[in-house]
Amino acid sequence: MDNNPPLKRVIVREQWCKACGICIAFCPRQALSADTSGKPTWNTDVCVRCGLCEQRCPDFAIYLEEVNALG
Amino acid sequence: MSSLADKYLRGHKMPHIWCPGCGNGIITHAVLRAIDQLQWERDDIVIVSGIGCSSRAPGYLDFNTLHTTHGRALAFATGVKHGNPRLKVIVLTGDGDCAAIGGNHLIHACRRNIDITAIVYNNSIYGMTSGQFSPLTPTGSLATTAPYGNIDRAFDLCDLATAAGASFVARSTTYHANHLRDMIVHGLQNEGFSLIEAMTHCPTYFGRRNRIGGPVEMLKMQQEQAIPVQRAASMTQEQLEGKYLIGELHNQQMPEFCALYEQVIQKAGGGNQR
Ligand SMILES: Cc1ncc(C[n+]2csc(CCOP(=O)(O)OP(=O)(O)O)c2C)c(N)n1
Ligand code: SF4
Ligand code: SF4
Ligand code: SF4
Repeated sequence: MDNNPPLKRVIVREQWCKACGICIAFCPRQALSADTSGKPTWNTDVCVRCGLCEQRCPDFAIYLEEVNALG
Repeated sequence: MSSLADKYLRGHKMPHIWCPGCGNGIITHAVLRAIDQLQWERDDIVIVSGIGCSSRAPGYLDFNTLHTTHGRALAFATGVKHGNPRLKVIVLTGDGDCAAIGGNHLIHACRRNIDITAIVYNNSIYGMTSGQFSPLTPTGSLATTAPYGNIDRAFDLCDLATAAGASFVARSTTYHANHLRDMIVHGLQNEGFSLIEAMTHCPTYFGRRNRIGGPVEMLKMQQEQAIPVQRAASMTQEQLEGKYLIGELHNQQMPEFCALYEQVIQKAGGGNQR
């Protein structure tokens, strides 16, 4: 079971996020929705780990992180 | 495990000062992704900027950085490159910084084909000083200095750089962030002067005044207006009205300034210094 392919999860840095809405508007799967402060909340089930949110975030506030299958 | 931000940003300076949704961070991230892809040694890289919102970028970057005076980034960068041609010199500059006050430095850096990569953050406006028009503000747009609409024609900065002698010229947008990274990679790899015009957005002073909307609407506008150069070949002049080309626009190898200067040093009997 050691060689499970790495999975990824989306992390939001709350302190850096300025709630601009870019990641939410352009996510191809609507995997991000705005919380009451306008910052993204992530839905792991529909996310395809494309990384577009990370590339277009002006604040380095959202990124994909590799986790192993059990992590 | 960690993000590029952890690897390359001066974390204690974050969050950065730019407004919510400002495109400056998207371009800066693309620059970091390009550098990371090339796996260049951090200590070999020097990042130089002038003055403006965009020119604050190097302050957040954990490399050798120089934040200089308005319009003079390319002049400082020329000095750095000339002094030690082994360094990889990158200039981050605004449309005002590069095309207005710094326009003369730009054309001569192009003409010399000195091995520097300039990334122009073109947000169509002077952001830092609250929205005066720049030489890249589209005709008809509103600015604090053009409350009835800008009557000037904008430069096509890519055509200008090409005509002035740059060996690599490309354009992309913050919407096309991956394409932008690729253009920067190609520019960095080119031995000679490279200019990458990154079309970006200032929601605070351009978007609001011109009633385009916020950052999301401004990115959608880039998506609509940017036409890949290959696709443009099969479009009519009419269809291209109000659009601009993105992609590699010019790529022609030419002798590089520092290499030519090295020959001068040899001819003059020197050459042990470097
Ligand atoms: C010699 C000099 N003239 C004028 C200024 C004022 N000034 C500061 S930034 C700027 C323009 C910035 O516009 P741009 O380069 O497009 O960058 P942006 O802020 O839009 O990123 C001006 C005119 C200055 N700092 N120094
Ligand atoms: S990785 Fe792609 S699918 Fe997942 S949240 Fe980000 S933009 Fe949406
Ligand atoms: S793009 Fe970045 S700053 Fe904007 S809402 Fe998403 S995480 Fe926050
Ligand atoms: S004023 Fe414009 S260019 Fe400057 S940080 Fe704000 S949005 Fe960005």
